[in-house]
Amino acid sequence: MTEVSQILPPDYQLKEAEPEHCPGPESEKAGQGDACAGCANKEICESLPKGPDPDIPLITENLSQIKHKVLVLSGKGGVGKSTFTTMLCWALSSDEDLQIGAMDLDICGPSLPRMLGCVNETVHESNTGWTPVYVADNLATMSIQYMLPEDDSAIIWRGSKKNALIKKFLKDVDWDALDYLIVDTPPGTSDEHISINKFMKESGIDGALVVTTPQEVALLDVRKEIDFCRKAGIKILGLVENMSGFVCPSCKGESQIFKPTTGGGEKLCEELNIPFLGSVPLDPRVGKSCDEGQSFLDQHPESPASLAILDVVEKLRDAVGDI
Amino acid sequence: MSIEPNGPPASLRDVKHIYLILSGKGGVGKSSVTTQIALTLAGLGKKVGVLDIDLTGPSLPRMFGLEGQSIYQSAEGWIPVTKYEGEQGTLKVMSLGFLLDDRGNSVVWRGPKKTAMIKQFTKDVAWGKLDYLLIDTPPGTSDEHISIAEELRWAKPDGAIIVTTPQNVATADVRKEINFCRKVNFDVLGIIENMSGFVCPHCAECTNIFSKGGGERLSKALDIEFLGSVPIDPSFVEMIEKQSLTNANIVDAYRNQALFAIFQQIIKVVQEKNIPSRLA
Repeated sequence: MTEVSQILPPDYQLKEAEPEHCPGPESEKAGQGDACAGCANKEICESLPKGPDPDIPLITENLSQIKHKVLVLSGKGGVGKSTFTTMLCWALSSDEDLQIGAMDLDICGPSLPRMLGCVNETVHESNTGWTPVYVADNLATMSIQYMLPEDDSAIIWRGSKKNALIKKFLKDVDWDALDYLIVDTPPGTSDEHISINKFMKESGIDGALVVTTPQEVALLDVRKEIDFCRKAGIKILGLVENMSGFVCPSCKGESQIFKPTTGGGEKLCEELNIPFLGSVPLDPRVGKSCDEGQSFLDQHPESPASLAILDVVEKLRDAVGDI
Repeated sequence: MSIEPNGPPASLRDVKHIYLILSGKGGVGKSSVTTQIALTLAGLGKKVGVLDIDLTGPSLPRMFGLEGQSIYQSAEGWIPVTKYEGEQGTLKVMSLGFLLDDRGNSVVWRGPKKTAMIKQFTKDVAWGKLDYLLIDTPPGTSDEHISIAEELRWAKPDGAIIVTTPQNVATADVRKEINFCRKVNFDVLGIIENMSGFVCPHCAECTNIFSKGGGERLSKALDIEFLGSVPIDPSFVEMIEKQSLTNANIVDAYRNQALFAIFQQIIKVVQEKNIPSRLA
């Protein structure tokens, strides 16, 4: 088993917190900015490697046999990014001719292993790199969860350490030939998002699937994520609205738990001119299947939620030009 | 860089209690719980400040119906936006959302910038006299969390209120957050289980959409006080969304909400811990 402490590249320790206008210890101007004069970290920053990242060609080489690379994004937490990534994996891997990979970029709160039912697995190292954890013959996954000494160990890392691990995931994991690499991301628009875009730009990202829930508090953060995608040059394959509408199991009456007071995901898509891929109703059994690490699509193939999910998956495959 | 004196930031000089609202998981209702604790305390006549350190996804301006407000600078520092001023209770809010030109703009910042911003938020806000300062956080255990722990190192915060939803996927992340609290010496004041059941408005049948009891099990397993379960209540969301239309006093409006009683009870449990005021 690989311990987290052993997998990181030689890390640097700053003597004190970065000053306010710090150019960033890893930027090209590190150690030369106005804020650097007199900063106790100046020498450390100056000694860090500069210039074009020599690892990027290695990443591109390692990912060269992957046909489609899709990011699952949302500005907001808890809207179902990991659930949807899991569903995408189950749906795509049900076709035995497809090879699927799933990568969990959420370092502080990894959910993918639990949802795919492989939370207690560990990563093995071989001469070709780290071997991902196989959930099925054609479904490979990678997450920091596989490297934690305890299930509930906290990863208290600042951005630079997270970036280093993300790079390892892309460069040193033996992904082999894949039809799809699905990347599950944490909420927000920060280090993980900037890094994945920077590291994968050269190998080409097909685009992003944006997940939201119907209420404005979620849409507000999703707008920010879409703004980020546009600034970063990531194509938006489409938006899916999750947890939209709830059908009471006893009286079959429908209620809007997360009210789309501003029109929900569909309206946002119109407003920002991005493809709307569909709405998935809230079904308590989805959460249950995910907690148990079972495929909801196999357990309840006829449910409205399953049908809606499969429909979104079809549209997504269409959007990347697979079908 | 100046050498930090080993004392609490001057801006927190007149703040009696500091609570952090934390959760490892996103979307469990940290901001919603923060909002309701603030409304309840203000409704009970307390002076309340709310600081939002979720920099890339600030929700509090929306929750308090304060979108589009701006922050002004005074000699003492940044002046927070005042939401409510009653005879006794007051409610002030500070968020990065107030500093953005457009609500759709993204804040694409790496760690060092976030750290600098949080430092300013703890040092440069002119809170004045407060009974309670609530700090709403983003999900995870990363830059924002490390920074706020560092900034509050000498400030003696009362501790952290942990929010979770009932399902295992959420409680797994919340366990990580509790381990974080232990590492940085934040006392855990208790766990709130949010989204615990939904009462169907058509037939009054309660469905456990995100299962049930996860928060209580977690608190038993880790020997942490369980503060209460908060059900999903669409009428609260409606009140939040409609506040800008009706111009009603939201602190008073909240007193008529079913959730008010639940939060009064939660606050009672926390207050019964008799944590001494920071100023004592």
